[in-house]
Amino acid sequence: MELQIIWFVLWSVLWAVYFMLDGFVLGSGMLQNFVAKNDTERRIVINTLGPVWDGNEVWLITAGGATFAAFPTTYALMFSYLYTALLLLLFALIVRGVAFEFRGKVDDPRWKSVWDRAILVSSFLPALLFGVAFGNIFKGLPMDGVGYHGGLLSLLNPYGLVTGVLFVMLFLVHGALYLSVKTVGPLKARGAAVASALWIPLLVVAVAFLAFTYPATHLFDNYLAHPALILVPILAVVALFAIKVFLMKGDLLKAFTASCLTILLVVATGVTGLFPNLIPSSLDPQFSLTIYNSSSSPYTLKIMTGVAFIFIPIVIAYKIWVYRIFRAPVTDRDVLDDKQAY
Amino acid sequence: MDVVSLSRLQFALTSAFHFIFVPLTLGLSVLVAAMEVRYVRTQNELYLRMTKFWGKLFLINFSLGVVTGITLEFQFGMNWAEYSRYVGDIFGAPLAIEASVAFFLESVFIGVWIFGWNKISKKAHALAICLVAFATNLSGLWILLANGWMQHPVGYVIRNGRAEMVDFMAMVLNPNGLIKFAHQIVSGYTVASFFILGIAAWHLLRKNEVAFFKASFKFAAVFGLVSTILAGLTGDIHAIEVGKTQPAKLAAMESLWDTRKGAGMYLVQWPDPAHERNQFEFLYMPNLLSLLSTHSLNGEVQGLKAFPKEERPPVTPVFLSFRLMVALGALFGLLAVLAVLLSARDKLEHYPIFLKILVFAIPLPYLANQLGWIVAEMGRQPWIVYGVMKTSDAVSKSISVSQVVFSLIGFVLLYTLLGAVDIYLLVKYARKGPDGDLSSFIKTAKREV
Repeated sequence: MELQIIWFVLWSVLWAVYFMLDGFVLGSGMLQNFVAKNDTERRIVINTLGPVWDGNEVWLITAGGATFAAFPTTYALMFSYLYTALLLLLFALIVRGVAFEFRGKVDDPRWKSVWDRAILVSSFLPALLFGVAFGNIFKGLPMDGVGYHGGLLSLLNPYGLVTGVLFVMLFLVHGALYLSVKTVGPLKARGAAVASALWIPLLVVAVAFLAFTYPATHLFDNYLAHPALILVPILAVVALFAIKVFLMKGDLLKAFTASCLTILLVVATGVTGLFPNLIPSSLDPQFSLTIYNSSSSPYTLKIMTGVAFIFIPIVIAYKIWVYRIFRAPVTDRDVLDDKQAY
Repeated sequence: MDVVSLSRLQFALTSAFHFIFVPLTLGLSVLVAAMEVRYVRTQNELYLRMTKFWGKLFLINFSLGVVTGITLEFQFGMNWAEYSRYVGDIFGAPLAIEASVAFFLESVFIGVWIFGWNKISKKAHALAICLVAFATNLSGLWILLANGWMQHPVGYVIRNGRAEMVDFMAMVLNPNGLIKFAHQIVSGYTVASFFILGIAAWHLLRKNEVAFFKASFKFAAVFGLVSTILAGLTGDIHAIEVGKTQPAKLAAMESLWDTRKGAGMYLVQWPDPAHERNQFEFLYMPNLLSLLSTHSLNGEVQGLKAFPKEERPPVTPVFLSFRLMVALGALFGLLAVLAVLLSARDKLEHYPIFLKILVFAIPLPYLANQLGWIVAEMGRQPWIVYGVMKTSDAVSKSISVSQVVFSLIGFVLLYTLLGAVDIYLLVKYARKGPDGDLSSFIKTAKREV
């Protein structure tokens, strides 16, 4: 297989896994203020995320680094064109990280409530911005041989916003399910109830997104050219419905697994339509950034392929081990007894 | 100010802020790992308490280091798109490798370490912090190989309108990157050693937990002495490397204007770039500069006049930063020797003045680290990649002054706030001492009842 294609797949996998893993952290962060009724419950929510959020965020760093190493032109133009949006994203990710760590360090209700609000905002903003950014990538950016003809406000077009809302809803349901799996008692029940209640709105947004994608983007072109590919979005829809089915059966772990698959398949649906573009130009296809005109040299791609094929499996292996260690739900005993807990 | 100057200022501020946290993380991870390993080996509870106390301070510092690091990766694309496009083929590789090989390991096992006290065996728990320490240092290696490439580009050809990698191993074995890495990690260890020495001294002055803090002191003193000596040795090798590969930087570091064989050195001098001379110079040491920068008494050292004016780095800040860093390094050596001698003979209490000095010395190794980076990065100017690409050609074409002003103000506000919170928490927990946790825990437990 061509190296560029391997890297397109790897690039897609890194983003998909990032959204699957950080999606529940962002979702739980958005819900923390609403599902938790007192300080102990809030701490439980944060402590379900404690052991894993940092490792999950590294998938984003790796996706960024992989874009830099494998598709440097795309990295350079994407990051500079989306300057202000990325800046806001960066600020939110910085605040979220320290909020988890600092919230429990001073035993004062006002201090904690400041960080609780910070967690809410800094979880909502990345979810929305990632959606808006990917919506605009699907749609194409207004760029040509001269440069970029857009700004922060032009990103907030209807299609970008629908994709933003889709990401927020996906992550909310995902986070609610994660909490229902990782807690016990009333928190667990509230997590499951929130997931159930938000599922219908999620479905509505997902339908709106798919319907809007046809006029707003060229993503359907690949599906029309290769009808077999339609299996990917169909599986995404199946996974989405599986969430509801398992929720009704009360099998929360399976519902959460279905939600993981939904996110992976939504990203797969988008990138399958995008291929071989990384960022299409909405002005003229000859200025689109593709995996061919923006990639690194074959030599660099070979080296990086070697690195990825050795280390990504190792990373996945120890991450699975860590998730197994922390598989038990977090209870109030855990946070009250453990001085090291957040 | 234009986009180039604003972007430079922003990169300088955000990387300097990031670098308040990194050196301590580099060193304290190793020290905390050593404490826990010793606990597992000896089963002595003292080392467990040391692990927990210094580990808590390590964590407060760690999280800010992690989150401010993301800024730097993003900024290459956001502000320096032309640079990223031109050199991404070779420069992107070490950054991507750093993330997949080192950063994952560090971030996953820090979670295991914080939350795994009651979930895994003692040995596995100690292994987790060892992996964190290993990964943190490995992370530094890849970042410094990337920086080393900017200082001394190797293993590439200019092809298809950009720098393309042709020899991966040349980049990995770039002497400039490797010696920078060596110098940086021992400098980080020095920061961590003086951090522990200073806090331990503060508690010893107040007779808090004397046994605990004496043990911590001894632990850090030996480590600090070795690190300081190694910082000097690696610094010396580094200077030779700079002389070979970046002669204009070396000339600026020494404020040497004319090329000389057997060059001497003035211990006191002040550059006067406008007139291409030094305003004053005293205390001449014959042949010293040649000896230091070529390891030969009659070696030739190039002066600044050998380079066109537009290719010279800003002399005064580079010169001053270098001198001050070296002076601080010498001071650390002296303090570390005293720390080892006095703690080995158990005479620390008899010299409260020395303990007080150590408390005030906590920020100095931080300062030395920052100064070192001013030398490295300002000394590289006007090049972003030495001899290959000018900084002024590297900036993004699509961003405007107002965008960078907005982001710069945002960074200053956010970072000032976070820096203040971080220092507040570090001071709070450092003062509490090892049982601070326990007493506050008992307080909360009582309230719950």
